[in-house]
Amino acid sequence: MLAKRIIPCLDVDKGRVVKGKKFKDIQDVADPVELAKYYCDNGADELVFYDITASNENRDIFIDVVERTAQNINIPFSIGGGIRTIKDFTKVLKAGADKVSINSAAVKTPELITKAALKFGSQCVVLSMDVKKNKNDWDVYINGGRINTGLKAVEWALRGQDLGAGEIVLNSIDSDGVKNGYSIEITRLISEMVNIPVIASGGAGKRGDFLEVLKEGKADAALAASVFHYRQIEIKNLKDYLYKNGIEVRRDF
Amino acid sequence: MIAIIDYGVGNIKNVYKAFKGLDLDVIVTSDKSVINDSSVIVLPGVGAYKDAMDNLNKHNLIDCIKENANKGKLLFGICLGMQLLFEKSYEDGEWDGLGLLEGEIVRFKNHLKVPQMGWNKIIKSKNDDIAKGINDGEYVYFVHSYYLKPKHEEDVICWTNYGTRVPAIVRKDNIIGMQFHPEKSGKTGMKLLWNIKEMIK
Repeated sequence: MLAKRIIPCLDVDKGRVVKGKKFKDIQDVADPVELAKYYCDNGADELVFYDITASNENRDIFIDVVERTAQNINIPFSIGGGIRTIKDFTKVLKAGADKVSINSAAVKTPELITKAALKFGSQCVVLSMDVKKNKNDWDVYINGGRINTGLKAVEWALRGQDLGAGEIVLNSIDSDGVKNGYSIEITRLISEMVNIPVIASGGAGKRGDFLEVLKEGKADAALAASVFHYRQIEIKNLKDYLYKNGIEVRRDF
Repeated sequence: MIAIIDYGVGNIKNVYKAFKGLDLDVIVTSDKSVINDSSVIVLPGVGAYKDAMDNLNKHNLIDCIKENANKGKLLFGICLGMQLLFEKSYEDGEWDGLGLLEGEIVRFKNHLKVPQMGWNKIIKSKNDDIAKGINDGEYVYFVHSYYLKPKHEEDVICWTNYGTRVPAIVRKDNIIGMQFHPEKSGKTGMKLLWNIKEMIK
């Protein structure tokens, strides 16, 4: 059977890895290529890079980071942030990325999912969703969690799958950077509804949080940033713990 | 010289980089004379079966690949490239492949998520130089929605399990295929590519 994946996420700004809380209070962490290499050698199953810069000038710095990363690691990695067109897809895939995730652009132009899937294959197209619970419903947000689209999370996930997305990254806005655990409820809901892999994101603080989201949340993979960046959790140690608790993970690396 | 065939599909940069990392002479090309002069042909591939065959056809490469394979040159297909080595695929229709190996490519029909995307264990069913130094249970990285139904089980060197038995590494004489991406499979993947290097010494 497939192993559950552990995925460090690197937010990149002006060529540096940074980290914030609830999408705010950004701090400098490390060099992205060095950090990627470290994770690759120490048990990460995959990496995610988010370009959190806005200007075109800095975009070129980011593409350079993608290229250098591709030369230095031999595990898959995906790129997100600022992807709006097929041209953007082509650019990062050419630079060596394996997958591309789209968030706001997918909401604004859903046919981008289909176009990209037809051109590059569904396995390349990751639908990234920022979700937040309002009363009893989970809504989809865009523009870094600032705008409520009114879309319902489960419906959007299903639609994304139908449009051709090959994977979903589910970011819980309220859990992000708070280290109180993943949002199990919505992760499980979506994971049970769709037939494509679901990566849980936002909220990892301790090893038990990973166990919970992979087991109770039925996620196929768990993504985290600061607990790995600040070495609060070592992936190897996390995987040994998950394995002891009945989760299939890749431990030979 | 290793010739990675460039026929307009997928991301071949990573395959190139992986071989380069093993200090091998490697070139990405669609030039027949370069392919004819190479010692190994690598057929990469990501995307749809029909598009891939159409593209090989458009680049006039089908006969070139077949002739080289029939002469005994090492031909190594990765992912979709492996599937193309076989007779036929049922991916969104029914399409002929290169027909160098016997078997058909069919869609997963089980309750599991499709594509199979992620790390899965490979288990050896026979010893072969291509899987030298690989232990049962080592993980490699798969991304595929269709899989091989081989006509001859003896062509399969390693299997993986995804609801059903799925061939992971196939080999018949000078023709080798891997359903997963060795270039994305960490140390295990590099060992497998190293084994290719050893074969062309």
